[in-house]
Formats: sequence, C-alpha cells, structure tokens
Amino acid sequence: MAREIGEVILDLQNISLRFGGVKALTDISFNVRKHEIRAIIGPNGAGKSSMLNVINGVYHPQEGTIMFHGKPRKDMEPHMAASQGIARTFQNIALFKGMSVLDNIMTGRNLMMKSNFLQHALFLGSARREEIEHRKKVEEVIEFLEIQSIRKTPVGRLPYGLQKRVELARALAAEPSLLLLDEPMAGMNVEEKQDMCRFVLDVNDQFGTTIVLIEHDMGVVMDISDRVVVLDYGKKIGDGVPDEVKNDPAVIEAYLGTSH
Amino acid sequence: MSDTTGQTAHANTLDTFPRLLMQHAKTRPNRPAMREKAYGIWQTHSWAEVARNVRAIACGLAELGFKRGDRLAIIGDNRPRLYWSIAACQCLGGIPVLLYQDAVAEEMAYVLQDAEIKFAVVEDQEQVDKMLEIQPDVPLLQHVIYDDARGMRHYTQTLLLGLDELEEMGRIHDRNQSDFLDAEIDKGSSDDISVMLYTSGTTGKPKGVCQTHGAFIAAARGGVQFDNLNEEDDILSYLPMAWVGDHLFSYAQAMVAGFTINCPESGETVMTDLREIGPTYYFAPPRVFENLLTTVMIRMEDAGWFKRKIFHYAMAVARRCGAEILDGKPVASGERLQYWLSNLLVFGPLKNVLGLSRVRVAYTAGAAIGPDLFRFYRSIGINLKQLYGQTETCAYVCLQPDGEIKLDSVGKPAPFVEVKLADNGEILVKGPMLLKAYYKRPDATAESINADGYFLTGDAGFFDQDGHLKIIDRAKDVGRLTSGAMYAPNFIENKLKFFQHVKEAVAFGNGRDSVTAFINIDLEAVGNWAERKGMAYSGYTDLAQMAPVYELIRDCIEKVNAELASDPMMSGSQVTRFLILHKELDADDGELTRTRKVRRNFIAERYAVLIDALYSGNPSQYVETEVKYEDGRTGKIAATLRIEDVKTFAPQAAKSAA
Repeated sequence: MAREIGEVILDLQNISLRFGGVKALTDISFNVRKHEIRAIIGPNGAGKSSMLNVINGVYHPQEGTIMFHGKPRKDMEPHMAASQGIARTFQNIALFKGMSVLDNIMTGRNLMMKSNFLQHALFLGSARREEIEHRKKVEEVIEFLEIQSIRKTPVGRLPYGLQKRVELARALAAEPSLLLLDEPMAGMNVEEKQDMCRFVLDVNDQFGTTIVLIEHDMGVVMDISDRVVVLDYGKKIGDGVPDEVKNDPAVIEAYLGTSH
Repeated sequence: MSDTTGQTAHANTLDTFPRLLMQHAKTRPNRPAMREKAYGIWQTHSWAEVARNVRAIACGLAELGFKRGDRLAIIGDNRPRLYWSIAACQCLGGIPVLLYQDAVAEEMAYVLQDAEIKFAVVEDQEQVDKMLEIQPDVPLLQHVIYDDARGMRHYTQTLLLGLDELEEMGRIHDRNQSDFLDAEIDKGSSDDISVMLYTSGTTGKPKGVCQTHGAFIAAARGGVQFDNLNEEDDILSYLPMAWVGDHLFSYAQAMVAGFTINCPESGETVMTDLREIGPTYYFAPPRVFENLLTTVMIRMEDAGWFKRKIFHYAMAVARRCGAEILDGKPVASGERLQYWLSNLLVFGPLKNVLGLSRVRVAYTAGAAIGPDLFRFYRSIGINLKQLYGQTETCAYVCLQPDGEIKLDSVGKPAPFVEVKLADNGEILVKGPMLLKAYYKRPDATAESINADGYFLTGDAGFFDQDGHLKIIDRAKDVGRLTSGAMYAPNFIENKLKFFQHVKEAVAFGNGRDSVTAFINIDLEAVGNWAERKGMAYSGYTDLAQMAPVYELIRDCIEKVNAELASDPMMSGSQVTRFLILHKELDADDGELTRTRKVRRNFIAERYAVLIDALYSGNPSQYVETEVKYEDGRTGKIAATLRIEDVKTFAPQAAKSAA
C-alpha cells in the first residue's frame, strides 16, 4: 500500500453526551489518523450516529475534549465543521429530491462560492468564472463516481443505491479532508455494496481523504477499514484493527449475545 | 480516388488506412475527425490532431519493439485513443486484433493465444485486471498499455504502461527519427492485412478473419458512394469496436469519406449523447430500434388522453402515407397536408427526443428486423435501410437503395459485389471485400471459399422478381420435420421476436413430428404490462411462470401460427407447445454469442430435460440451472416450468398478396 497512514488528526477524549437523563455516549475516547478508514460499529442504539454528530458539531457533548488538527474545539456548529474540511452523508438520504443530480452536487460547493447573491443573479463575469470552475470540479466528481448518465435526472426519480452515490458525490464536491459516512451501504444489494466499497476505497486512495464510517455489514467493515471502534449502549467496548476486534469476546457478546 | 479494386500498391495512392489518414490531415486539417465527451463537454479532435496522436502512438509502439506483422490486441469501449491505436498499428504494418470488451477473461485468453499477441492496448483497469488474470496462459504477452489511468496507481507489474507515457516516448522517438514513420507508412501495401476480427463463434471456436486494407477500403468506398456520404456527416460510434459493422462504419468509412466519429461518454449515456450529437448517419442493430420503440410506446401509454389521441392520429397518418412520402412516391395532397401537420406535432419532436432529427441514412443489420418496426421508423420519416453482410465480407454484400425499400428483403448487391445462389439455396458472394484468410486456419479458409473464388455465406435465401435478396435462415439450420416439410427455425424465431413481449425464442423441430419453442419474455415490456394489470411479481423467474403471462405469450404464438399457416412452405412448422424459460438467456452463460445470437445446439444440450418434456406431453417440468454472475461467481436458479399447448391452424391455400 502506497497510502501512508499519518498522524492523529482527530482526537476525542472522554466524550459523554446526555439528552436530559438519557446517556447517549459515556466516556468515549478514540482517535482518527490521517488517511485512514476508521469504522464505528455497534448494535442498534449503540450511539454510532450520535458519535458522528458529535464529530460533525451537531451535538455538543457535556463532557470531554475534541482535538481537530491539534487544536481543541468546543461548541462547533455544523457549518463550521464544513468549512474546516469535514463533509458527511446521512443515514436517511438528505438530498433535494426535486433538483437534478448535477445541482445537488453543486450545492456541495456552496461554501466555496465567493461571489454574492446579486453577482450570481446577474451572472456577472466573476460569478460566471466561478460557476465554471465549480462546475468543472463537480464534473470530475461525476466522472469519478461514474454517474454521467444521470447528470440531469431529478434525484427523486433515482433508485436508492444511486441516491446514496449522489450523496457521496455531494460530500466529495466539498473536497473534504475528513469524510463522515453514516451507513453508506445500508439497504443496498450485494452489487451496489461492492460498487460503494470500491468508491470508498478509491476516494481514500486517490484523494487521500480520511474516512470515518458507520456500517452494519460486518463483511464490509472488516474488509475496508484500517481500524474499528465498537460501541455498545453508549460505551466503547473495543478498538483496534479488524482482526483484533473480530475476536474480542466483549464484541462477540454484544453482537451475538451470551448464553445464560 | 478511382482505385476501387484495391489491387494496386503504389506508395502515392490512397490504398492503405495510414495514407488516407495522412491525406485527411493534409487536405482538411481543421475539420473535426472525432469528438468525445469529457467532463460533460464535447471535445473535438481535428484530423491534424488525430494524425499527430497516431504518430505518437505508432512511434511509441515502435520504441517498445513493435514490428511489422506483429499483432496488437485492442480492447475497450469506443474511445478515440483506441481508434487511434488501430491506425498507429497499421502505420507500422502491424495487425490490430479487436476484442469484445465485455468478454470474460478466459474468452480473451483464447483469442490472445490464437493471435499470438505480444502487445495489447486496453481501455481501463477492468481490462488490465483481465489481462493480468490470463497472463500465465498467454506467455507471449509482453506489454499491456492502458488508456485510462484511473485506479492504476498501485499496479507495479512491469508489463503495464500508460498510453500517455507511450505517446510521450513516441514523440521523443519521432523527434529523433522524424522520417522513420513516413518510411514505415510507405512500406505498406493495400494487400497487407489491415485488421483481424474474430467471428462470434456461433459454431465452434472463434476464428480470426484477416481483412486487407484493399478489402475494407473497397467496401467503405462502395458504401460511401452508394449513400453519398461526405466529410459533413456525423456518426455516433457506440457499438463494440470488435464488431465488423463498427469497423466499417466508424473506422473504414470515416477514413474514406472523412466524416466525424463521435464517441459516447459511457455505455449508459448513449441515448443522451445521441440526442446531443444528432448524427446524420446512424447504425443500430434491430434490438436497439426495438428498445427505442418500446420505450416510446410505454411512455405514450402513460401520457394524458389528449396527447395519446394526437399520437395515435399521427401514427395512423404515418401508416397510410409516411413510407410512400419518404420513397418519393405520389401521394394525394390531402394526405400530404395531414402528414405535414403530424410531422410538426408528433414526428418532429419524437425524432428530436430520439436524437434522430438529422439522420440522412440509418442502417440496421445483424438480425432480421420486424416489418412493423421497420415500417414505423420509415413512416415517421427516418430513412432506415437494411444491409446484409458478414465479418468475412467486411459487412458488405447487399444494401437497400434509397426509394426501393422492401420490408422483407436486404436489398440489392452492393457496388463491386457479385452474388449468386447455390443449388441448395446458399448465398455465394464474390468481390474485393472478401477475406484474405482465416488466421492460421487454411482448412477453414479452403472450406469457405470455393474453387471459383466465391465465399460461402452459409445463409440460405433467394432473389425476388426485382432482384432483391431475401434471407430465410442459416443454410445448415434449415431442416425437415418427420413429415418432410421444410423447417427454418430462425424464420419462426424471428416472427416470434417481433412481438414486443418476446425477447428471445428458440425453436426445435428438426427430425421431429412437430415444432416447439422456448420463450424468453421481455422483462421491461411484460413487467410494465403486469404492473398495469396490478399483478405483483418478484423478478424474472416469478413473472415468467404466471398464468396470465403464458396466455399473453400464447396469443403471440397463435398469431405466428396463423401467419405460418398461410405459407404453403411453412404451414407444417406451426408451434404446437411452448414454455417460458426461468432465466434470461445470457452470453455469460454461453447461451448467446456476444452479438446476442442464440446458440441453439448449446441450449438444446443444456436444457435437454426441457425439450424432452416438451415432446413427452408433461404439463410441467422441474429444472435447475447454474448461472454465472457478472463478478464471476456462480449460483443456481431452480424452477418448475409450465408447458402449454398452442392452437394450430389448418394450412390455407396461398393467398396471393396482389
């Protein structure tokens, strides 16, 4: 592998998150290294999506520290995460159904647009140049994910697997350094899953993007991730390379249950 | 340009493809030679640019040690640089060997071994992986050059090289020895082999058909002259490069006439690209025209009542006078007015949606086209014609002349071509476009060309009173029933396939007392029909075994039987029993050739138990079939198939269709 896994870029220390009296996450610590594919797994309700939302700045943990690129951060909003190079996809696709694939992916470039509303409305020189430049980047993503044939199709008319791919495209259009994928393969058939795996690996490999993903399909997780964190009832019960995690008795118990 | 026989070999005449290319680069350097879509925008390559790139690739290949007479395998979708590689290979006096890009690795291995391939130019990672997989079986293979570098970063095998790097090597080579390539081009002769195309292998292993520059240029000149093609024309190149038709239309004819080749962005975008390019010259096998029509019809059924009314009115007008207007025959002015109006409201927009607005000449071949289908396109004003030919004749034997279109014939012998019939009805042809030989198969060459120099096509047919050739079937497939009546399976299968609900049909009957058939339903058409009827189904296998679907198909077969009954030669071949197969026939399982022709003997062997059941009178039969998925894994499909009887009709006296 030519891809070098580098230093820690995201470090979460003793994170606890509560909603009123409900403890979603309890004292969780783990880190993410540059260029790696980091999986978060766990049974339903284990707190995986909450964890992603903490990284993303949607939820603010009551306790714990988050270091991103060596700097501590507190109370970050999602749009700030986006401008720092964090992009994500959602468990239940969050695209604009009535808009074309192309326009949806263009929205991923939104934060990078410098011209103001008026310039865009009048399509002035600078806005025009900017639009062309962003469109070029978007076209690169379209080619990368092989969705040329649906460029002009409204997203709502696409099958589920393709919508997932469009969502990934939108996240990629933002040229993120850290990509958060919330169950990118949920509800897909074998072939779609294989395609998605290939794209995730290609993104990681070609753009060097660090990826944190939540996934239920153990086969997928064990195949593509470099390291895996296991959550159960909001607590971390395992952390390590796939082989270690697979043979960890605590993990096996959480997934398969124990005989009493 | 008067040299049409392609027999003379002067360095100054335009009798090889490299010379044609260099001539275009000189006389029309800035005309578009090729377009491709990159990042959503059509990019144009002029003839001068193409010639420069071909030079670079050729010199790069020479630098790698490619020699006169070496064979270069070319595998991939229709990419400009793959077409350039053909020309580059020809510049060096090499022989391009074109392979079907969707073939699985082991099929490729056979061709690579047979053609003793040392060099291959392939499109992308997918094809590179196949090459690496079969490398142990193809020890001669030394260099694999890839066009698209995506995903190739971690490949360290020494035999791999990017086409970009190859071109760079070539440019340096060309700078250092600037007269090298011109000298190589000068050495070429029209009698050299310009390309090797493998036959699809309906019978036995594929054979490499060696065609000379002279043959392909003669075929291309004939066609260009016949249809007045010129440098202003545009063609969309989307059919497999390994298929003789694409080589004739997108390579040979483009080189002769100097028109523009347009490469689609990807296999899935062909329909969009077609619409954006609006080709003036178009080729598609009947199946593509059929799919287009099916899509149009399905969408019309879903349209509002007012639109539907206008559409059906316009179609009625088209049926009455459309084809006559296209043929320039006299038509009453009232009808003309209605046609004009219909064109404004329906045909024009429809052709625009299909991307066929600018089409001057469209051809179809490869399989029989349904008369209704053929009439539909002609009646809305698309000059769709049929041609007849095979790999061994550069796809060039008969063409339908403008204004003399008959639905069930393939037209008249093309310029320079001589056609005659053997006693058993087999079609024999002679002309400059005949193959030179089958590669390393003198036995097969001797078998297919008789002492008088005629090529035995293996097709059976006859000429009608106007000198138009009609094809009935493969000569060897024409058999007899126990009653002694003639039995032409293809003839029956084609009639069945003309129904939109039937995708494939395989008829059996040779040496038996009656004819039976396997049917593949068209999942899209029947699926839609089922949805409208509110029938729930889980997939092909489930849908295929539903009683209403059997009824639907039985209706189709009965209509065919009624037609057969009216033909005294064929009335004995009515289908008595049929079943709908539990899986779609697939080239990956070896049931179809890569050009989607049914491999009847293979199917008969594989489903012997079903054929027995058809003739034993069982009402149903259990069957289990192994299938191969696209990723190479195998699985099993099992089902209990219904078998049903069909009504047959008493033979009628031949109705003269005066």
